[in-house]
Amino acid sequence: MYRIILTRLAQGLLTLLLASIIIFGATEILPGDVAEAILGQSRTEEALATLREEMGLNRPAIVRYFDWLGGMLQGDLGTSLATKRPVADMIESRMWNTLRLALLAAAISVPLSLALGLWSAIRAGGRVDKTLAMTTLALIAVPEFFIGLILMKVFAVELKWLSASANTRPYFDFWQNFRALALPVATLSFAVIAHMMRMTRSSVINIFTSPYLEMAALKGLPKRRLVVRHALPNALSPILTVIALNLSYMVSGVIIVETVFGVPGLTRLLVDGVTLRDIPLIQACAMIFGAVYILLNLLADVLSIMANPRLRYPK
Amino acid sequence: MSDILTIKNLRVEGRPPGGAYVPIVKGVSLNVAKGEVLALIGESGSGKSTISLASMGFARPGCRIAGGEIWLNGRDIMKLSPQDRHALRGDEVSYVAQSAAASFNPALRIGKQVIEAPLWHGAGDAATLTATAVDLYRKLDLPNPDSVGEKFPHQVSGGQLQRLMAAMAMSCGPDLLILDEPTTALDVTTQIEVLKAFKDIIRDQGTAAIYVTHDLAVVAQVADRILVLKNGEMVEEGPTAQILHDPQHEYTRMLMDAVRPAPHLVDHVDASAAQAPVISARNITAGYGALTILSDVSVDVPAASVVGVIGESGCGKSTLARVVAGLTPLREGEIRLDGKVAAPSVKDRPRDSLKDCQIVFQMADTALNPRQRIGDILGRPLEFYQGLKGRARVEKVGDLLELVDLPRSFATRFPGELSGGQKQRINLARALAADPKVILCDEVTSALDTVVAAGVIELLKSLKDKLGVAYMFISHDLSTVASFADEVVVLYAGQVVEKGPSKVVFSPPFHPYTKLLLSSVPEMRQGWLEGVADTGEAKAASAGSVVIGAKGCPFANRCTHAIVGTCDVTPPPVRTLPGELEIACHLPIEEMP
Repeated sequence: MYRIILTRLAQGLLTLLLASIIIFGATEILPGDVAEAILGQSRTEEALATLREEMGLNRPAIVRYFDWLGGMLQGDLGTSLATKRPVADMIESRMWNTLRLALLAAAISVPLSLALGLWSAIRAGGRVDKTLAMTTLALIAVPEFFIGLILMKVFAVELKWLSASANTRPYFDFWQNFRALALPVATLSFAVIAHMMRMTRSSVINIFTSPYLEMAALKGLPKRRLVVRHALPNALSPILTVIALNLSYMVSGVIIVETVFGVPGLTRLLVDGVTLRDIPLIQACAMIFGAVYILLNLLADVLSIMANPRLRYPK
Repeated sequence: MSDILTIKNLRVEGRPPGGAYVPIVKGVSLNVAKGEVLALIGESGSGKSTISLASMGFARPGCRIAGGEIWLNGRDIMKLSPQDRHALRGDEVSYVAQSAAASFNPALRIGKQVIEAPLWHGAGDAATLTATAVDLYRKLDLPNPDSVGEKFPHQVSGGQLQRLMAAMAMSCGPDLLILDEPTTALDVTTQIEVLKAFKDIIRDQGTAAIYVTHDLAVVAQVADRILVLKNGEMVEEGPTAQILHDPQHEYTRMLMDAVRPAPHLVDHVDASAAQAPVISARNITAGYGALTILSDVSVDVPAASVVGVIGESGCGKSTLARVVAGLTPLREGEIRLDGKVAAPSVKDRPRDSLKDCQIVFQMADTALNPRQRIGDILGRPLEFYQGLKGRARVEKVGDLLELVDLPRSFATRFPGELSGGQKQRINLARALAADPKVILCDEVTSALDTVVAAGVIELLKSLKDKLGVAYMFISHDLSTVASFADEVVVLYAGQVVEKGPSKVVFSPPFHPYTKLLLSSVPEMRQGWLEGVADTGEAKAASAGSVVIGAKGCPFANRCTHAIVGTCDVTPPPVRTLPGELEIACHLPIEEMP
């Protein structure tokens, strides 16, 4: 089993390396280079040439790529062109905002969707199941910014229970934090719960027809024990994969929520970087998103491998 | 004697998805007394499994118990609330299914599953129940009774798992035990130990049992009384000896007639004059990934003849067929089809080489595309191999259907509308569409009832005579092979241990493994099991398991004749005996069993 996990980890690293090549390549293809971006409208050919020489931009792309990659490995994300501050500092202050949103949404949506999925599997075909199916399908169908706006209109504008702005201050107490974060976290959760819940339900129900479930039923066990104890452990692999996909979607999908609720997060930083052609910033942000995506999927795969007794205990 | 179970006028209905309810069991009555084993026999579709499940008040999804009374321990369980009925299962009644490999949850440890029912029903705490379970393991002769419960299902062999399922059923101390074809999926060698274990444990605990099977020889060993079923109705009921030796009903007699005599009692076909081989496999070595299954296997299939391949599961029979067909490329050796060297992989073989050699798989259900009509399933190879289109194709599909004794009108049907035997005929017709010289038949009758299987064998014989097609017939059913094959190859752990004309192979001298296989085939005689289970051969055979890639003779660890220091170290020599018989064994010919 350890060999399989190590192979999978190595594959993950390789994917990350490929992602870095694609990110670097993509920023390379963008029209204009850093020197043009810095000098802006007032550039002259001589000034451009000097600056390019100064910044080492005349060196071949492959050399600059390894330079950049080496810096990243040592934790040096480069210096922002727009603010002249180290990119690492800029990201650090913003990252917490995004991470907090994503973690809160994950902490709510994963257990909730698992529980709802199992519940509708136990009551498959019943009223609970049908109601949940309708609601979640409706939620998948509606774009999340729209859900965000509706929530905002109802709870913040009309009822005035919650805050429409997710900007928190260090001196906020628990309730103020709750008022600020409730709506963006809810919006984000709605976007992913439906998918995870339906996958949990169908993976578990798929196993219902297997002889070992009939065997368990003939032991006189009630339905909820069949689902939780006998079906769920065998359905873990597809469920974990869908959770990982949804959580990584959430990390990048956070951009819409951050825009709607005015959260000063990482994705806003990325969007600003693109408008200002702040290439080191774009590269660093893109790498972070890529790494999170790969890491989450890697984690799901490793957990699936570890949940499989055939791999855990070879003959 | 007091009855544990009495069923009166039971009616069960089932419905296909979206259809209306139709009767499956039409008013069956039966009773089982304490310590008695009642066998339910009949073909598939006779309702025997449905009845056995109904005696627990259980109906499979899509089915419902429509009427009748089911009295268990003096209560009509159909009058109980669903909760009370749940409480009976795994407490007063328990169930042993056909396939232990499929009925154990792969994600949970065996011991946890064994004691789950009594633990749930509050019969004791985990420690006491585990101790009782370990006692049961010991009674069932399971190796390492103290630690086997800690294992996961994939870590133990099929025969052991089947006995563990018996332990799982007995762990709650049931009054009634339901055994639903519990040995059908096992090899004959494993079947003996499992049957013996079931029989002993039923006698020890004085449990009443319902034993569902279609194998009459097995019934003769375990049952006190037999109930014969057909299409959900009772045909005949009586003590085992009477049903076996003096059946009253015509249908029962037909079932008896379909049973094939033991392999050594069959009139063997005389090997026809030597023909040029259509398949000539020389020194084949093959496997999957790092695993080598076949090593140095040579087999010839002469034109218009039948070569049977026998051996236990896991010995490489199916791999041999896959290698010949090119589905699993060989690593070493050479395959000639109709005299021409064939590429190792099916991808590299030209169309006429593919046409010559067709394969028929065991499970017609999975081999036929459920969304294609029979006409398309048969039409596609006609078009591919023979370039037939339009009217000519439709005509030929009809001819093929008639060839396998099915009506031409079947062309418009879907596989789902056909019975198991009919599907297997379509499967065969699909292979015939290529007009092949040889067909590889991989356990084609194993999933079929005795009567239906006999029909398919008759069809194969008549096709051989009509079309001159040859078969490589892979089966674990020795009786069928003995009655049908001109030559027999005995495979063990991926090696040929014995081969020759079937008449010679099925008479002494034997390779010790061939002898074991032959003596393991159940006989219709009552008391046969007790006689055979206590022989040294059966004990030695159940002690070891198939080891692929052994240093000396692969069978040495299960052989009563094994010579220590020779058999387990040196590969056996191939001895050639009179009558073109080859046996790979260290024993001198006169000492062979």
